[in-house]
Amino acid sequence: MIIIENLVKNYGSVAACNHLTCRFEKGKVTVILGGSGSGKSTLLRQVTGLERPDSGQILFDGVDLSRVHKKALYAQRKKMGMLFQGSALFNYLNIFENIAFPLREHTRIADSVIKTLVTMKLEMVGLRGTEHLMPSQLSGGMMKRAGLARAIVMDPQVIFYDEPTSGLDPISTGVIDKLILDLNQKLAITSVVVSHDIESCFRIADKIIILFFGEIIAEGTVDEIRNSTDPRVMQFITGAPEGPIPFTRTKTNYLDELLMR
Amino acid sequence: MISDIPASIGRNTLNQVQTIGRSGVFLFRSLAQAFVPPFRIWRVIKEIQFIGTKSLLIVFVTGLFTGMVLGLQGYHTLTQFGAEALLGSAVALSIIRELGPVLCALMVAGRAGSAMTSEIGIMKITDQFPALEMMAIDPVKYVISPKLIAGILSLPLLTAFFDVVGIFGGYLVGVNLLGVNEGAYFGKMVTAVTFTDIYGGVIKSLTFGLLIAWISTFMGVTAQADTEGVSRATTRAVVFSSVSILVMDYILTSLLL
Repeated sequence: MIIIENLVKNYGSVAACNHLTCRFEKGKVTVILGGSGSGKSTLLRQVTGLERPDSGQILFDGVDLSRVHKKALYAQRKKMGMLFQGSALFNYLNIFENIAFPLREHTRIADSVIKTLVTMKLEMVGLRGTEHLMPSQLSGGMMKRAGLARAIVMDPQVIFYDEPTSGLDPISTGVIDKLILDLNQKLAITSVVVSHDIESCFRIADKIIILFFGEIIAEGTVDEIRNSTDPRVMQFITGAPEGPIPFTRTKTNYLDELLMR
Repeated sequence: MISDIPASIGRNTLNQVQTIGRSGVFLFRSLAQAFVPPFRIWRVIKEIQFIGTKSLLIVFVTGLFTGMVLGLQGYHTLTQFGAEALLGSAVALSIIRELGPVLCALMVAGRAGSAMTSEIGIMKITDQFPALEMMAIDPVKYVISPKLIAGILSLPLLTAFFDVVGIFGGYLVGVNLLGVNEGAYFGKMVTAVTFTDIYGGVIKSLTFGLLIAWISTFMGVTAQADTEGVSRATTRAVVFSSVSILVMDYILTSLLL
């Protein structure tokens, strides 16, 4: 379980997180939805300790990640798995070595056991038989699955997914969705998904959090979000170009700017 | 506007000074990490293989031809004074003191330095640094420190190799082709080359190794995170390393003489 209290993060004058408070529950899939620039990636980077918040608390397993030292942060990181948007596989290692990498770095497990563990994780993501391939030889969807196998090889308590389905075809998207659900059930872990894919979100989410300019504008189950009457939520779900969420981020008046010249 | 010019000069100067400061902090942090356990000896060995072993051929070829040219030029100059017996010492001194460390470093900067920058740049573009972070591995300790240590260790070894090959190249042309006495070639060399010359060459190559690894890794880490940024950083790494090798060579020579 991860508890976020009153999180604030500013980039210059832009508020990426504006007093955010939320929690990611154990055994559940929480999806953070939001458009580009809504602060969802920033939130993820702070929850994983890649960036420090300006103020506020992030309680991970009882430890406040916003304040801990590197050593304690790394100890917590060993309980986290993360699937990056571009899967972030090491381009100089083959698939087997990529997935074995955290095991080799952090444990003294014998090679034969590592082989068994890697094979098990590859089977879970349906990539058994690709051990000897290099990441560049895989398709986008396969790379994501290989990245997922690497994220779960240390049996983490939490998995973070950064836009797991962006750029994938519908079938690959379905496969990833199913994997997220399967893993969540089989491993009984906390899953946090950052996404802007509404359909995929409705399939997998136990809880949805919608961000808008660094603030939470809606929070609830799939049905609650579907039936929401908040115009901003409705616009986001239906993808309407016109509505309370502006298309342009400029604050100056269009006519004023044209007449200035 | 005219007032923009001093402002932009000031801004650029501040930026440059800041970059130099940041690169210093970067070097200090990366080197310090190399001495914090757990030691990554295997990573250092791999980097030495990349910077050192894989540069052997190019160093061999440059060393051989440098020595051969020196033999040719030296012979024609020295015969004018009837002093062709000094060819051995002339070739050995110019290679050990100057050409060995400098040419070797320039070759390594072009081959291994550029590769280091682009490798780090690509890791940066594809999120491999945060991926290491998320696996509880310090990217600086894992990626940068081994490269710095390997650069410092590889260059003196490569330079020693260059020196030997160069002297052999001079021997090939001087003795085999132009007929200088073999005993004179090596005999004069032994008396002329002192320990100070060799020591100076080692100091230079150690410094150049650090410079190449430092500049190349720093350029990689600070590269703009797109393909164009990485290619620009790679070019800049080679240019900066080459220029700083030559400048540093002058400084070191003036200190060592």
